[in-house]
Amino acid sequence: MAIPLAYNVRSVRQRWTSSIVAVLGIAGTVGVFVAMLSMARGFKATLVASGSPGNVIVRRAGATSEMESVVDLAQVRVMESAPGVQHDDDGPLVSAEVVVVAAFPLRKTGTDANVQVRGVSPKALAVRDTFKITSGRFFEPGLAELVVGSNASRAYSGFEVGSSLRFGGAEWKVVGVFNAGGSAFDSELWCDANVLNQTYQRPQNIFQSMTAHLRSPDDFQRFKDAVTTDPRLAVQVDREVDYYEKQSRQLTLMITVLGTLVALVMGVGAVFGALNTMYSAVAERRREIATMRALGFGGAAVVLSFVVESLFIALVGGVIGCVAVLPINGLTTGTMNWQTFSHLAFAFRITPDLMVIGIVFALLMGLVGGVPPAIRAARRPVAAALREL
Amino acid sequence: MVRVDGNGNGTSLIRVRNLDKKYQRGSEEIHVLQGLNLDVEQGDFVAFMGPSGSGKTTLLNLLGGLDVPTSGSITVAGDEVTAMSAKKLTGWRARHVGFIFQMYNLIPVLTAFGNVELPLLLTRLSKAQRRKHVETVLDLVGLADRMHHYPRQLSGGQEQRVAIARAIVTDPTFLLADEPTGDLDRRSADEIMELIGRLVHEHGKTVLMVTHDPRAADRAHAVLHLDKGVLVESAGEAPRR
Ligand SMILES: Nc1ncnc2c1ncn2[C@@H]1O[C@H](COP(=O)(O)OP(=O)(O)OP(=O)(O)O)[C@@H](O)[C@H]1O
Ligand SMILES: [Mg+2]
Repeated sequence: MAIPLAYNVRSVRQRWTSSIVAVLGIAGTVGVFVAMLSMARGFKATLVASGSPGNVIVRRAGATSEMESVVDLAQVRVMESAPGVQHDDDGPLVSAEVVVVAAFPLRKTGTDANVQVRGVSPKALAVRDTFKITSGRFFEPGLAELVVGSNASRAYSGFEVGSSLRFGGAEWKVVGVFNAGGSAFDSELWCDANVLNQTYQRPQNIFQSMTAHLRSPDDFQRFKDAVTTDPRLAVQVDREVDYYEKQSRQLTLMITVLGTLVALVMGVGAVFGALNTMYSAVAERRREIATMRALGFGGAAVVLSFVVESLFIALVGGVIGCVAVLPINGLTTGTMNWQTFSHLAFAFRITPDLMVIGIVFALLMGLVGGVPPAIRAARRPVAAALREL
Repeated sequence: MVRVDGNGNGTSLIRVRNLDKKYQRGSEEIHVLQGLNLDVEQGDFVAFMGPSGSGKTTLLNLLGGLDVPTSGSITVAGDEVTAMSAKKLTGWRARHVGFIFQMYNLIPVLTAFGNVELPLLLTRLSKAQRRKHVETVLDLVGLADRMHHYPRQLSGGQEQRVAIARAIVTDPTFLLADEPTGDLDRRSADEIMELIGRLVHEHGKTVLMVTHDPRAADRAHAVLHLDKGVLVESAGEAPRR
């Protein structure tokens, strides 16, 4: 049987001034790591939530984003009658859309940031059936009216219902706020696509994308096959979910890589802190170790004991790190969405699995910082250590 | 019968033959033990005396398997200790040797109970059995009521009694005590010697003890002096008690 765990736990408590160095180093590293990853998670979740499973987005073949895509009305008409498209009393549930970017002052800093303005069809709310108007009303077709995403209404000044905005050379009236379930649309302004085209003096009946609501997610392949083989069309079709997931990939990867790099650099420091704490623990407890060896505990038991002690310190550090960053969970922040060059609000998401990753990272640091001192502890000759006072 | 001439018969529990120990300090070689012989029988109580630096602790460390000799052999109950691997030696110590140190060497973060239980963790005893053993020996050393005290809450004499309890709890083949009263006042020292005497006479323990204190040595069956690397019997035969 091994040296009792109580021995390590109490020793750590006894030497808490030294232990705290290692604990805080590991806590700080885990905290930063988890915070960065939660940012990546939140960003990704926001974009993924933007897609509905039953929706498809159609762009010109080869266009990497909506911004560089063109779809004209004739094509939209063809696709409206493609198999799988859901219809309601007024016809097919499709929304031909255009996007522009306009700058507005942020509430917090007063500086301008880009907002994506989406011109949609009057059917847009039926196409994205989970979205809701939370105050005011939806825009009237043909009028220069705006509905504002809930994050945008919070983040920018002058987006209150009833206020007027100027952009694209026209005067716009804010008539409502909509909630898009925390998705990227919540950072957008919506208006009538035709009015937006007129205002920006773009040709009428030219859009950038078309989103269609299918009868069921299973109709995707049928719809896709039909429109991609139609000689009148040269388009690419994606599930809306996939489209936004793809959009999130680059920045998610960037944040994750950056977060990991920062955590690794900090982790090296934290490991040195742990090494320092454990080496001094081993030095201070030379006689105790020698006594246990004399009693018949083997070298392996000593190594195990000190590794466990280091892991215990790391666990405490990891838990403190996770708990310390927990308050940022759900906190909204914003970033530039490089795919659309507009500001995107999203919330940090600290999920249980993220905390597990953080704790595992902490234990890893504890292991690396604990093994060398533990081996030193077990190597020291017993008789010599017993002579030292 | 304790013998130092190397002619002991086969009945001895501990048999030491031609034990040599040299230390290297820089370029200088210190020849501490020089062909030492010793025979100790089951139930003997031996005191080692000698000036500081004569090699008493060195001898005890070798007997207890904490160090290895330069040459020579130590045999305990038929096992040749000096031929064992380091790993085997560790297990042998756990089963056969009880150590009592001058500075007690209790683990400060463990209670008296925890300290005494420590060597039992190396046995197959169940938790309940361990508890029983620990309570028995703490009772034997008169500290049943201090079971949950930490070492710093105990006097030196009490600490040493806990250390003795720890040394005997596994019922080892023999006990090694290095100046067990060296750090204690007269009164506590007498109590400790009283206790060790009882272990020998009432419980049949075999004890090998280093001491500078003639009063302590008086209780032993034999007093041996380390002189120039070998053991010699005391001029006046130690009184038997
Ligand atoms: N690891 C070592 N390296 C070098 N020399 C050593 C070592 N251990 C002990 N010695 C030397 O061996 C000699 C015997 O030491 P030992 O501790 O056995 O003496 P002792 O009789 O126990 O002395 P004391 O009464 O002071 O405890 C001393 O000269 C000591 O300096
Ligand atoms: Mg000594």
